[in-house]
Amino acid sequence: MNLLTPTIRPSVVARLNPVAKLAVALTVSCALLLSIDWVSAGVALLFEAVLLLWCGLRARQFWLRTAPVWIAAPMAAITTILYGEDSGALLWQFGFISVTEGSAQLGLAIGLRVLAIGLPGIVLLATTDPTDLADGLAQVLRLPARFVLGGLAGLRLVGMFIEDWHSLTLARRARGVGDGGGIRGAARRFFGPAFSLLVISVRRGSKLATAMEARGFGGDTPRTWARPSRVRAADAVLVGIGFGIAGIAIGAAVWAETWSFILA
Amino acid sequence: MPDASSFAPARDPQIRPVQIQARNWGWRHAGRQNQAVSGLDLRIEPGERVLLLGASGAGKSTLVHALAGVLGDAEDGDETGSLHIDGRRAAEARGRVGLVLQDPDSQVVLARVGDDVAFGCENLAVARSEIWPRVRLALSQVGLNLPLDHPTSSLSGGQKQRLALAGVLAMQPGLLLLDEPTANLDPGGVVEVRDAVVRSLDHSGATLVVIEHRVEVWQDVVDRVIVLDPAGGVLADGATRDILASQGERLAQAGVWVPALPPRFPVRHPIGTAQTLLRADALAVGRVPFGRRAASVVAAGITLDVRAGTATVVTGPNGAGKSTLALTLAGLLKPAGGSLRACDHFSAGAAPEPHRWRSTQLLTRIGTVFQDPELQFLAATVRDDLLIGPRALGLSNSEQTSRVDDLMCRLRLDHLADANPFTLSGGEKRRMSVATVLATRPRLLVLDEPTFGQDSRTWQELVTLLAELLDEGTALVAVTHDAQFVGALADEEYRLGTPDPIRLGAGAL
Repeated sequence: MNLLTPTIRPSVVARLNPVAKLAVALTVSCALLLSIDWVSAGVALLFEAVLLLWCGLRARQFWLRTAPVWIAAPMAAITTILYGEDSGALLWQFGFISVTEGSAQLGLAIGLRVLAIGLPGIVLLATTDPTDLADGLAQVLRLPARFVLGGLAGLRLVGMFIEDWHSLTLARRARGVGDGGGIRGAARRFFGPAFSLLVISVRRGSKLATAMEARGFGGDTPRTWARPSRVRAADAVLVGIGFGIAGIAIGAAVWAETWSFILA
Repeated sequence: MPDASSFAPARDPQIRPVQIQARNWGWRHAGRQNQAVSGLDLRIEPGERVLLLGASGAGKSTLVHALAGVLGDAEDGDETGSLHIDGRRAAEARGRVGLVLQDPDSQVVLARVGDDVAFGCENLAVARSEIWPRVRLALSQVGLNLPLDHPTSSLSGGQKQRLALAGVLAMQPGLLLLDEPTANLDPGGVVEVRDAVVRSLDHSGATLVVIEHRVEVWQDVVDRVIVLDPAGGVLADGATRDILASQGERLAQAGVWVPALPPRFPVRHPIGTAQTLLRADALAVGRVPFGRRAASVVAAGITLDVRAGTATVVTGPNGAGKSTLALTLAGLLKPAGGSLRACDHFSAGAAPEPHRWRSTQLLTRIGTVFQDPELQFLAATVRDDLLIGPRALGLSNSEQTSRVDDLMCRLRLDHLADANPFTLSGGEKRRMSVATVLATRPRLLVLDEPTFGQDSRTWQELVTLLAELLDEGTALVAVTHDAQFVGALADEEYRLGTPDPIRLGAGAL
């Protein structure tokens, strides 16, 4: 696996414009952030689960990539159930810990929310090539090329961090400061290389900037794009589906009278 | 060596070679006291191929960066006189000029080969329909026959440099500037890049200015040599052969590799019996990839002895696992298979396997000089950095100071005692990284490409120093591509990457 050239299996989702995918993820997330209730999150998650069947990820890939969300969601839910604001009937109590109907509902709402916001975000990113995303941001959304391409080129340097970190650790062992010293030594062994890594990265970044400038980047003249980024009918449909999910989720919550607008 | 005249090249009519004119030109970098370049008067005609030489600090890179229009504006430095490309200020001629730099890793911009080559064309607002034919042509000119969506991260150093060249060629510049484009490459990569440059020039007819202290690589390609004077202006200017004959001695002293004046090999005084320090038996080496548990083996079946007073060189093509072997022998990586054991008199109370030694136990036993010296620097001044090893050993203050002072003297670092290691020149950094290791007097020295990209003067000093250490009984393991280094020092050569690694006995060279 490579950060910048991920192997993406051909699928319906993989062919869509990354900007459309980003729009969908943002629409659903924003809608779900307006309220904390279990119905809207549950309905959104249900529709998403159906859509994710087309995402083109293998089962193993899917579970690996989304593992953080599957761990975070129950943790957030349990924490809220145990320590969240109490209301309604008391279900269980142990010392300071009390579980009430209110805190249980809140916990469920938060757990579902983490899943409903996290899953589509991760899956859409996993099926998106960073270069295509940059092309979309610059050509469809008209974000400044300097910002978009600078970010994309910088992303490549991140991939070198791991290699550099490994070498720095070995170099420190060779210099006699690779172990010992208790907790202070351990802290030094983390912050020392971290600082060196920063220095090395900044220097590499400035060299890269010179190389990009030498190839005409950053001038005032408009630039062309070798790879077209087009918005097709399928992309419009996807965005429509995104708004649909957001609307149905909110509608269902209002109908079930669980909707609680966070700013109200 | 390809002969440019025999190609009878079909020139590209769209590319107009560039003329360069400097009149009393000078540049001082912001915040510096001294001029980087001063009083430069120079005229280079369209289509000329020029090799730019000069001692380190003579301002070669500054001139080339100025020609490429990437020196910056008044904020970045003070310009005097004029530097014109086709009668226009160099800073305004961007797009007419293509620049390839030294470091392969910091010139790749995008993730895929085709996109990276297209990058420069996009910036020059070339129409999309014209970009892709240009990309394909440029890639074929540099001999990079890869799919356009091939990931750039999987390219070798030589391939990355040819990619950078292709990215520049696709912009169809009238002037090609190369700033030590082959300094970081192995011999195969050097020839690849040099030949790609010659092919493309035969096609485009563009003007060429190349900086390179290995004269041998370019002497048959260029038709003119210009030597910059560190005191300002031009020291010598003329036909390649004349300049190398008249200025050879002077250039060699300034660190330029003049083919007619090869560096001297040191005279060795071998010690009597060479005790074995380390013994590798069917050793397999490899690194543990990020997020995995098992090492992925890059070389296996390695059987060799490391002996006191003996130089063992490890050679072989890129990717054969030379560096990984060096790091394993140095006790920094755990063997992936087989065994690596230190003899009792070498381990001296520590565990038999070097990778299990504590960091401070390594200090007096094995010293490692990394290919990139910057990785090893820990302190803000040269002196403090050199003191780290002796301090970790718990030596007395007076012993620490005397060792470090001796070393700084011996490696000509004394005038830099308070300088920040990161600000040193390439040769100084190399000497410094060797000094940090010698401060704890290890019995085995492991060096990864110690002479890579070094000028002839640093090379000579380094080889002489290593020969002295060998005579004193220090064992040496060096990974290298440098045939001269092998010729000067190697007692044994271990060649990796061949089906069965060949072990050449002493004196086989």
